[in-house]
Amino acid sequence: MRISPSERLAPAAFILPAVLVVLFVSIFPLILSLFLSLSRLRFQAGGLELQFVGLDNYRKLLLGNEQKVLFGTLSEPSPLGWAILALIAASLGLVIYRAARRRLSIGALVGRLFAAAVLVGLTYLVVATLFAPEGRPGTLVVTMLYVVVGVACQYLIGLGLALLCAQPLPGRRFFRVVFLLPMMITPVGVGYLFRMLADTNKGPLEPLWIALGMQDFAWSNNAWGARIAVMIGDIWQWTPFMFIVLLAAIEAQEIEPVEAAIVDGASSFDIFRHITLPAILPVSTTLILIRIIEAFKIIDLPNILTNGGPGTATETLTLYAYRIWRALDIGGSAAIAYILLFLVTFIATLYVRALRSRLGTT
Amino acid sequence: MMRSFFRSSSPFRLSPFRMLVSYLILGFWAFLILFPLYWLFITAFKLPAAVNNGPFYIPFVDFQPSLHAWEYVLVEIGNDTVRLFTNTVGVSLISASLALVVGSGAAYALTRFQYRPKVGTVLVFLGCVLLAVVFTVLGVPWPLAVAVAIALFILSLFTIARRFKRALSNNDIAFWLISQRILPPVAVVIPIYVVFQQLRLLDTWVALIITYVATNLPIVVWLMRDYFASIPYELEESAQIDGASRFRIFNQIVLPLSLPGLVATFLFVLVFCWNEYLLALFLTNARAQTMPLAVVAQNATRGPQWWYMSVLVLIMIVPVIAMAIALERYIARGLLVGAVKG
Repeated sequence: MRISPSERLAPAAFILPAVLVVLFVSIFPLILSLFLSLSRLRFQAGGLELQFVGLDNYRKLLLGNEQKVLFGTLSEPSPLGWAILALIAASLGLVIYRAARRRLSIGALVGRLFAAAVLVGLTYLVVATLFAPEGRPGTLVVTMLYVVVGVACQYLIGLGLALLCAQPLPGRRFFRVVFLLPMMITPVGVGYLFRMLADTNKGPLEPLWIALGMQDFAWSNNAWGARIAVMIGDIWQWTPFMFIVLLAAIEAQEIEPVEAAIVDGASSFDIFRHITLPAILPVSTTLILIRIIEAFKIIDLPNILTNGGPGTATETLTLYAYRIWRALDIGGSAAIAYILLFLVTFIATLYVRALRSRLGTT
Repeated sequence: MMRSFFRSSSPFRLSPFRMLVSYLILGFWAFLILFPLYWLFITAFKLPAAVNNGPFYIPFVDFQPSLHAWEYVLVEIGNDTVRLFTNTVGVSLISASLALVVGSGAAYALTRFQYRPKVGTVLVFLGCVLLAVVFTVLGVPWPLAVAVAIALFILSLFTIARRFKRALSNNDIAFWLISQRILPPVAVVIPIYVVFQQLRLLDTWVALIITYVATNLPIVVWLMRDYFASIPYELEESAQIDGASRFRIFNQIVLPLSLPGLVATFLFVLVFCWNEYLLALFLTNARAQTMPLAVVAQNATRGPQWWYMSVLVLIMIVPVIAMAIALERYIARGLLVGAVKG
C-alpha cells in the first residue's frame, strides 16, 4: 500500500500543536522559577535586584529556621505509629527482595532502593508527627493528609454515586446535574461559602451546634476541627469531578456483556467486579493521578476558610509558598514550589510505574 | 408480596427495594449539595442585618428579602459586571474549545502512533533553552537570544544529538504533559507575567486563552487517551482499508464514538477556565478581568460583603448549570452499541 505524504505527516500533525503550546507556556517559567529559587530578591535604590545565593533558600527550609513549619515537630511515635512504620518498611523490603530475585540491572535496583528509602522517610515523618503524642505536623504532612483523605473519599463517593446514577432510575438526570454543581463554583467562592456555613454563631448549623452542646466550640481554634473543615470543603467540591468522569466511563462500556450477565443471573456485585470495574480501571487510574497532582496544590480553601490557622495547623505547601511570597521572599517561595515539584514528581512517577507493572497498561 | 418488594419482575428492572435505597442515598447527597447552595441563594436576598444577626432560614418568614445586593451588582456597578461577565464567557469558551481540539488530537496520536523522541534531541533542546534564558538574564535582548538558541539547536540536531541511541516512548510524552500541572500557579505566575509583558499581551484575552489552553491541555490529553484507547481498533482498520485518511478517520469515526468523554472533558476545562483566579489576577488589569476577581474583591476592608459575593457567585454558576443541563444528555449510554457489528 502506498502511503501518501499527508499520511506520513499525520503523526506529527496530531501531536505537535499540543507539545508546542505546552512548551511555550511552561518551559520558561520552569527555568526562571528554578533560577528564582536559587536567589534572593532585594530592594535597592534603583528598584529590585536579584542576588544569587545558591542553595541558601533550600537550606533555610530543610535545615534552618523554617524547618519546623515545613516538617513540623517530630517526636517519639506511639506504639501504633511504630507498627505502621514497621508494616510499611516490611512490605517495601518484600518488594525490593522480589526485585532482587528477578535479577534486575544494578540501576533498576538502586532506583528501587532509593524510592523505598524516600517512602520510609516520608512514612517516618507522618508517623512522628501525626501518630506521636508530642508531635505536630508541618505543612508537608498536612498537605499529604489532605491529598490522601481527600482523593480517597472523592473517588469512593464519586464511584458510588456514578454507579447509582447509571441505573435505570426515573429522575436520574436531575441527580446527575445536581451532583455536578459544586464543581461549577469558583474555588474562592467555595471557600467563602464554607466560611458562612461553618460560622457557629450566624451560620445555618447553629441549632445543630447548640443541640450538640458545642455552641462555644470554635472549630477554627482547634487544629483538627479546622483541618476537618478544610477536608469536608475539598471533598464537597471535587467529588463531582470523579463522579462525572466515572459516570461517562460506566455509560460508555459495552452493554452486551452486561446484558448477557444479567440473563445468566449474575448478581450486581459480580457484574461490577468482573465487567464494570475492569472497564473503568484505566480511567480510574488517570483520574486519581490527576486529582493527586491537583490536590497537592490546594490553596483556596485553607486560605479563605482558616487562613492557614490556628497557627499553621491547616497550612498547605502552596499556601505556605503564597504566604512568604506575599512577604516578598520570592526566592523562598520558589524553593517551596520546587520541593513540591520534586515530591509530586516522585510520587507520580512511582504511581505510574507501579501501575504499569501491575496492569500492563497506561 | 414481600418477595416482590425485594425481587424485580424482570431481570432488567430494579427491584423496588433497590430503587428505594438508591433514591435515599442519592437524595441524601443531593441534600448535602443543595443546602449550601440554598444558603448562598437566600444570602443574596438578605440585608446585611439579616446576615449578621444570626441564622435566618426562610424568606418572608424569618427575614424580609431585599434586592439591594442585586441592585448594586447589576445597576450600580452594572457596566463592570457585564464586562467581566463577557470576558469570562469569551475566554473560557474559546480556551475550552481550543484545548479540546488540540488535546484530543494529541490524545488520539498517543494511542495510535508510536513516537520515539531521541533522548539526545530532548537534551539538546533543553540546553538551548537554558542558554537562551541565561543570555536573556545577562542582558542580551531576548529576540536575539532566541534566534541564537534556535540556530544552535538546528545545528546540534544534526551533529551531537545523533550520537544518543536511547529513545523515549509515548508514555514518557504523556507523563511529561501531566507533569506540567505539578508546579503551583504561585511559582509560575511571575515568569508567565514576564513572558506576556514582553509580548505586549498583558490585559488581553489572548494572554489568558494561551495560558488556559496550555494549563488544561494535559487534562484533556489524559482523559481522552483512555476513551480513545477503549474504542475498538477494527473500525479504523476497515476504514483505512477503504482508503480513508487519518484525519477523516479521526473526525468521522473516533470523535463521534467518544462523544461522552468529549462532553465531560469539555465541561471540566470550561469550568476550570471559568473559575480560575490567580493567573487572571496577574495577567489582567482592567479590560480583560474575569468574574472570580470580582468575587474576591467583595472581601473589602469592612469585612466580606457576603450579600454581594453571593449574587456574583450565583451569576457565575447559572450559565454553567445551563450548559451542564444542555450537554448532560450526550453523556448517554450505549453509543458504542452495535458499532462493531455494523
